[in-house]
Amino acid sequence: MEYSRSELMPGVFLSHLKSDKFKTACMSLNLITQLSRETASMNALLPNVLRRGTQRYPDMEQLSCRLDELYGAAIEPVVRRVGEIHCFGFFASFPEPAFLPGGEALLEEMSRLMAELLLSPNTRGGLLLPAYVDSEKEKLLDLIRSRVNDKRGYAVQRCLEEMCCYEDFAVSRFGDEEGVEAIRYKKLTRYYRDLLRSCPVELFYCGKATLSEVEDALRDALAGMPRGEINYDVGTELRMNALEAEPRCYEERMDVTQGKLVLGFRLGECMEDPDRAAIHVFNALYGSGATSKLFLNVREKLSLCYYASSAIVLRKGLMLVSSGISFDKFDAAKAEILAQLEAVRNGDFTDEELNWARRAVASDLRAAMDSPGELEGYWLSQALDGLDYGPTELAELAGEVTREDVIAVAKSVELDLVYFLRGENENTDEEEEEAYDDTEA
Amino acid sequence: MTIQKHEYPGVGETLYTAVLDNGLEVRVVPKRDYATYYAAFTTNYGGACRRFSVDGRTLDTPAGVAHYLEHKMFDLPDGDSALNILSANGADPNAFTSSGVTCYYFQCTEGFEENLRMLLHFVSTPYFTAETVEKERGIIAQEIRMGEDNPGMVVYYNLLEMLYAHHPIRDRVAGTVESIQEITAETLYDCHRVFYAPSNMILCVEGDVDPGEIARIAEEVLPKEKMPVPRADFGEAESLTPAGHLRTTEMEVSAPQFLMGAKLLPGLRGTEALRQRLTASLALRMLCGTSSPFFTRLYADGTLNMDFDYEVDASADTLTMIVGGESKTPEKVLTELNAEIARIAEDGFDPAAFTRAKRASLGARLRALEDFDNVCVSLAMDSFDGYCSFDSFELLEEITAEDCRRFVAEELAPERLALSIVAPKRGEAET
Repeated sequence: MEYSRSELMPGVFLSHLKSDKFKTACMSLNLITQLSRETASMNALLPNVLRRGTQRYPDMEQLSCRLDELYGAAIEPVVRRVGEIHCFGFFASFPEPAFLPGGEALLEEMSRLMAELLLSPNTRGGLLLPAYVDSEKEKLLDLIRSRVNDKRGYAVQRCLEEMCCYEDFAVSRFGDEEGVEAIRYKKLTRYYRDLLRSCPVELFYCGKATLSEVEDALRDALAGMPRGEINYDVGTELRMNALEAEPRCYEERMDVTQGKLVLGFRLGECMEDPDRAAIHVFNALYGSGATSKLFLNVREKLSLCYYASSAIVLRKGLMLVSSGISFDKFDAAKAEILAQLEAVRNGDFTDEELNWARRAVASDLRAAMDSPGELEGYWLSQALDGLDYGPTELAELAGEVTREDVIAVAKSVELDLVYFLRGENENTDEEEEEAYDDTEA
Repeated sequence: MTIQKHEYPGVGETLYTAVLDNGLEVRVVPKRDYATYYAAFTTNYGGACRRFSVDGRTLDTPAGVAHYLEHKMFDLPDGDSALNILSANGADPNAFTSSGVTCYYFQCTEGFEENLRMLLHFVSTPYFTAETVEKERGIIAQEIRMGEDNPGMVVYYNLLEMLYAHHPIRDRVAGTVESIQEITAETLYDCHRVFYAPSNMILCVEGDVDPGEIARIAEEVLPKEKMPVPRADFGEAESLTPAGHLRTTEMEVSAPQFLMGAKLLPGLRGTEALRQRLTASLALRMLCGTSSPFFTRLYADGTLNMDFDYEVDASADTLTMIVGGESKTPEKVLTELNAEIARIAEDGFDPAAFTRAKRASLGARLRALEDFDNVCVSLAMDSFDGYCSFDSFELLEEITAEDCRRFVAEELAPERLALSIVAPKRGEAET
């Protein structure tokens, strides 16, 4: 696979990955802005409004029928945050010509469609259609409210919000209900026109077409894009330490039968000059995967939970440990999760464990080379960080991580906030039991 | 043992198949230029296979045995865990249990042969003690509780309970906290001996491998003799009419979640089974897919959102059509769907829409071939119904718009549909 990067127009960058092995090519277009509470909801709404219809295909039915004709090609709105950078736009995928009955090449038409979604939406008097804006607002509100349906994800998100309450990272990629409710179609149109002029744009392509074929197709398609002064002032602010001297605790109650415990950590001073490979290997050894300390001890050895695992938010310098437990196991599970971290800090792990962790990290990275979607996410992050090494190179670095590297990361990690989602009624039971015990005594 | 080669030049794949002397079926898709290797070892035994006869006695096993067994299979006699050994060797192993099958799989980028031997070894080596079985009970109880808090699971099982009057597919695969109390080491040994015979299993591999070598390794590691396998008893055949039509449960959700379903004619095998499922999914794509007039209209008026989806599920001798998502007014979706079904039953599908749907289906199937997990698991599931989904590219051409119309008219009549809703708790939800 050959990676190259070029600037097609002022502030419009293309990451091109030439690969002959996939049956489906993929392409993405991302507008890049700073994540902030003021604009997050508008950013999240915009690609969904634009996806409703273009001048050529004015409503969803016509647009979807056109995509069906193009052999089920897909162009979907995508909204992500990479650290505190908000990326939103479209992700497209379409079959390679070799697998189509007539050998049709879809690159040009897909580039054109994607550019039309961005530049030529269905408007009236130059304004985005109020009906589309209002209907997508409702759907975005439903989506924001629906996070409560997945208790595991909800608990993780709540922990992040509380932990980063003074930072932009507390803002969800979809913004919040107030932000969405405040959106009006005229204001959104103005905001959208400003974005087109000022946003850096990251394009990605992975497939059989050559660099010049892709450059030509996208440059032609985006030719009408107005470009003004580009705002490159985007980035992620790092907080090295916990907010308070003692870890904060936050509890929430809901009608659930299983408790969700989430521990939020700062990665600490290791983020001053982050050794990415070492941080990934530390995470694998401590808490991600079946050979990790959390899995083997908290789940397997002590049967304290159904799941317990750690995850890293590298660009923001965070680690989250999330676990599903019985309400009464709160103290025991928390103590064991912290005890396992202490063990890593003390170098209390075998060379074998270290080796497992290195292999797990390397294997995941090599496997990413086989998935167009994973590659897209990987290279978008790299582009935003100004880095140009591929997954294979990072996999090799993971193989060289030493025991000392891992201990150094573990020592740098600091607990900031403990979040616990518990049941509505379980405490009253406990109180009754305690009261009963008291009488007995 | 002979290895058969099936070429699919249109989609650039070659499939190798073999049946070993012990009855194991092997399906291999070689992939050059990929770092990933994937292997799935699957038994035709799942949560619904609770009642069966062996050695002249009939066993009625508690709900949750297949899933419990899946958890305990990873324990090896020397006290080690296959999960740890595979993970330590750089593989990413896991397993799942559905109503119809139990599947053990791993993905890796190195040490494939060693990992494959371990997969075959641990799945064919039962080792349970009273103590190890007891220890798992807490973990599984937590998993069951987690499912109870999951609105998606609740809305799904409520639908199955309405559709099926007595077929065990209506019970949760993991069982209940009560039912798993009855499971002992002996129960697990019994079920393993009966259903984990190679003749009841299939091995599917995708990666840069030699098919002959895969078959040879399987022959070497697995038991040599071919054992007869009893058929699970799912009770009397059910009529195609649901046992109930509407059920609503209240939970802590932001908006109503709903599923509509219908029982489809079960029991077809081979090409006929594949044709039936292709026809059903093509018809559903045109009836309520993202480009259908039905969906785009209800999306635009705010009744539906992008969560809306449809599927045809084959499991444990049942075939079920399921359509659903999130809506503030699920009853309205059902009314509108019934109207659309009636219209299509009368007028048929638009020929242009039919051509588009076939193209879109081709693209979607190509995309699915990109996914190792999807390829290996569907090769396994298909084999238990006697077909291969790679054949769908060719078979798709034979299906007509009239086939699809007939499917809608006959299988989706109003009395055939049931609606399951998980609604927000009263007084808590937003407007």
